[in-house]
Amino acid sequence: MSATDTHSHGGNYINCEKGLWSWLTTIDHKRIAIMYFIAIMIFFLVGGLFAILLRLELLTPEPLFMTGDMYNRAMTLHGSIMVFMVIVPGVPALLGNFALPLMIGAKDVAFPKLNLASWYCLMVGAFVAILSLFWGGVDTGWTFYTPYSGRSADAVTMVVLGAFIMGFSSILTGLNFIVTIHKLRAPGMTMMRMPLFVWSLYATAIIQVIATPVLGITLLLLVFERVFGIGIFDASLGGDPVLFQHFFWFYSHPAVYIMIIPAMGIISEVIATFSQKTIFGYKAIAFSSLAISAISFLVWGHHMFVSGQSALAGSIFSVLTMLVGVPTAIKLFNWVSTMYRGRVKLDTPMLYAINFLALFTIGGLTGLFLAAFNIDVHLHDTYFVVAHFHYTMLGGALMGFFAGLFYWYPKMTGRMYNEFQGRVTAIMTFVGFNLTFIPQFIMGSQGMPRRYHTYDGMFAPYHLTSTIGSWIVAAGFIFAIYIMVRDMFKGEKCDAKNPWGATTLEWTVDTPPIHENFEEIPTVSGRPYEYR
Amino acid sequence: MAHHIVPLKTNLITLLSLVGLTIITVLTAKFVDLGDYNLLLAMFIACIKASIVLGWFMHLKYDGMMNRTIALCGVAFLLLFVGFSYIDLFFR
Amino acid sequence: MSTAKVDRRVEHSHHFSSMEQEHEAGKQGVWLFMATEIMMFGGLFVGYFIYRFKFHDMYIAGGDSLDWTLGALNTLVLLFSSFTMAQAVTETMKGNNAKALKLVYFTTACALIFMVVKYFEYSAKIDHGLFPGFDMWNPDMEYIKSKIRDVALLNNVDPANLRLFFVLYFAMTGLHGIHIVIGVGLMIWLMKRLKNNEFSPKYYTAVEGVGLYWHIVDIIWIFLFPLMYLI
Repeated sequence: MSATDTHSHGGNYINCEKGLWSWLTTIDHKRIAIMYFIAIMIFFLVGGLFAILLRLELLTPEPLFMTGDMYNRAMTLHGSIMVFMVIVPGVPALLGNFALPLMIGAKDVAFPKLNLASWYCLMVGAFVAILSLFWGGVDTGWTFYTPYSGRSADAVTMVVLGAFIMGFSSILTGLNFIVTIHKLRAPGMTMMRMPLFVWSLYATAIIQVIATPVLGITLLLLVFERVFGIGIFDASLGGDPVLFQHFFWFYSHPAVYIMIIPAMGIISEVIATFSQKTIFGYKAIAFSSLAISAISFLVWGHHMFVSGQSALAGSIFSVLTMLVGVPTAIKLFNWVSTMYRGRVKLDTPMLYAINFLALFTIGGLTGLFLAAFNIDVHLHDTYFVVAHFHYTMLGGALMGFFAGLFYWYPKMTGRMYNEFQGRVTAIMTFVGFNLTFIPQFIMGSQGMPRRYHTYDGMFAPYHLTSTIGSWIVAAGFIFAIYIMVRDMFKGEKCDAKNPWGATTLEWTVDTPPIHENFEEIPTVSGRPYEYR
Repeated sequence: MAHHIVPLKTNLITLLSLVGLTIITVLTAKFVDLGDYNLLLAMFIACIKASIVLGWFMHLKYDGMMNRTIALCGVAFLLLFVGFSYIDLFFR
Repeated sequence: MSTAKVDRRVEHSHHFSSMEQEHEAGKQGVWLFMATEIMMFGGLFVGYFIYRFKFHDMYIAGGDSLDWTLGALNTLVLLFSSFTMAQAVTETMKGNNAKALKLVYFTTACALIFMVVKYFEYSAKIDHGLFPGFDMWNPDMEYIKSKIRDVALLNNVDPANLRLFFVLYFAMTGLHGIHIVIGVGLMIWLMKRLKNNEFSPKYYTAVEGVGLYWHIVDIIWIFLFPLMYLI
């Protein structure tokens, strides 16, 4: 244990070793989290840039500066980058990596080297996928539907291979987390004493491990289809294109819960802390995470209502999809009940959490519209779906992600961000977000189809509002990232172990934590969130 | 539970029973015509073989509940996948 | 053997509290990985069953055109290798690195025999134009017809649908073959460590993990063999 002692006197995980090489070869989960932070923020800005370009193109009904092909490519890149490189790895791999071992009283995740390997998988996959830009780009949309993706530009192979490699990153992270949660909890930390963020990571990891391999095989078959021309998804060769959709959505529907469940976990932490109140319905929140991850496997067919799937399957999927509303609503009610009569402090993380509550509720409820078989037939492939998806993913997952980033910011960096500016970003993103996507709900219900770069003049005012909103939301997120990066170096020093008055274990260690996390592994004797 | 050393004899019996079941698979599939039930029978025997491998060669018989659950989860979700895809394909 | 002093591990990694905990964690990690393997191959099996349901006759025809004796031979080879691998784990747990090493040699030899047999099978298929890709698909219908048991199927054989059988045949056995090759790589890694006498009754996670992997590869073949060759 001599290595431990040298680090515990004054040094922390950031300055215990120096040099770029020490970062690139680190197996410390906290340093890996910082590396994810850097990578994911870059991806987020790139993906966001494409979003802004798309909205700019849609400023006028006539083509502004893009051709249809360019638009399709920008749209595909926006989708693929945001899904595979930002939201899927975002919360679990970044914040989960940082917080999970600290929260359960462990020195590291179970397989530290595997953890580093996950980061490199993400990097290699992202590199291959982004390289496709220079190959002419991809215009299939992030879903790579066959038969088109089997025949369109060569770059599809690269993006698909990239996504395949990034899938390994996701699998390995999930595997690591499950074993960590099973085997490395501190003495006394029973499952029912785990913080809710850990529960949500657990539910997420199950999906990552079970569902991602199916994406792997799907994408591999797509690569075979393109390289060898095997025809397994090609109707002209006897294959079945709808089978691709089954394969794809068997992963990709649970995948949206990979994105949202950990964000829900963050919200549980933030709301309990900033209401200074025992979380309402701990067990209900914990088990509803597991329930969501179980149900998520039963609903993938709701993406295929108009794809020629059988009516019976459609009806079953429709009913099962509505079930997702139950555990989700349980969570929402519990969060609101936690806030009720709590000492609510409206700091930046809490503002983002409230953004989450408001926006995700809308996203979830519109999801029920789309779950209804007969309504979906009309709303399918319209801006209604676009708006719904962004309410859950941007309004839900990313708001939760930023809530978590600001929440753990002092612990990660040892400095405090500028609170006033942080609040401004939370409000900017909220206003801009609604301005962008409420008009899309209206347009969608009136029949504006998605994935076109031109549109009928009757939609012009909505698109105009939406584009202006996108500038505000982009400014808000860029400002937020700017604050975080700036204050990493220039922010006020924060030595307090527990600046927020939270009750979970990560706030009992030094700020920033030492390399080994804990001077001595703590013994847990009670449940989390015992405020009063 | 942990560190249970499986003796050579058990491993040998496992191997022999697997070989025996393979022979039965071949004989029933190639020389007994049951129509479409051949598929079911062959799959049934394959499932037994797989269970034997899981239980004895992979030590699940001597292992904790968690690893059994993990293995079972893999199979259960797979069945789910097959089941729902079939609901679509059979009723299209 | 147990007196040999090489850098055998006696201490757990820093973030575990005991060797036992580290071993259990490692094993559980491997099991989770096995679950992902089941799901990944499972996807292909789903594809197999769906197309079998759609093109039943073609599957019978395709299955008949494979050489089931070679398939059976490979099954026995893999089963035997599974046995040697299981026994290698047993010997490692007893602390007998040298015996375990021999058993790993056997296992590797079996894997290589399996690959050689596969090579002959594949080249026979490719010679008859049955590789569904690279524009090599040019099935030798006389060859297929000579192989079919059920004469009634003779006239129904449609090369377009037969193609899908061979797509799945090559995809599934190919992916399985890749796993065998990876397995051989893992065996070589084990040999090196066994030669160094690195394992002990307290530390044998690596051998056990490779063993689990090897058995899963075997299980997949247990299903592939009847589905492809027999029925």
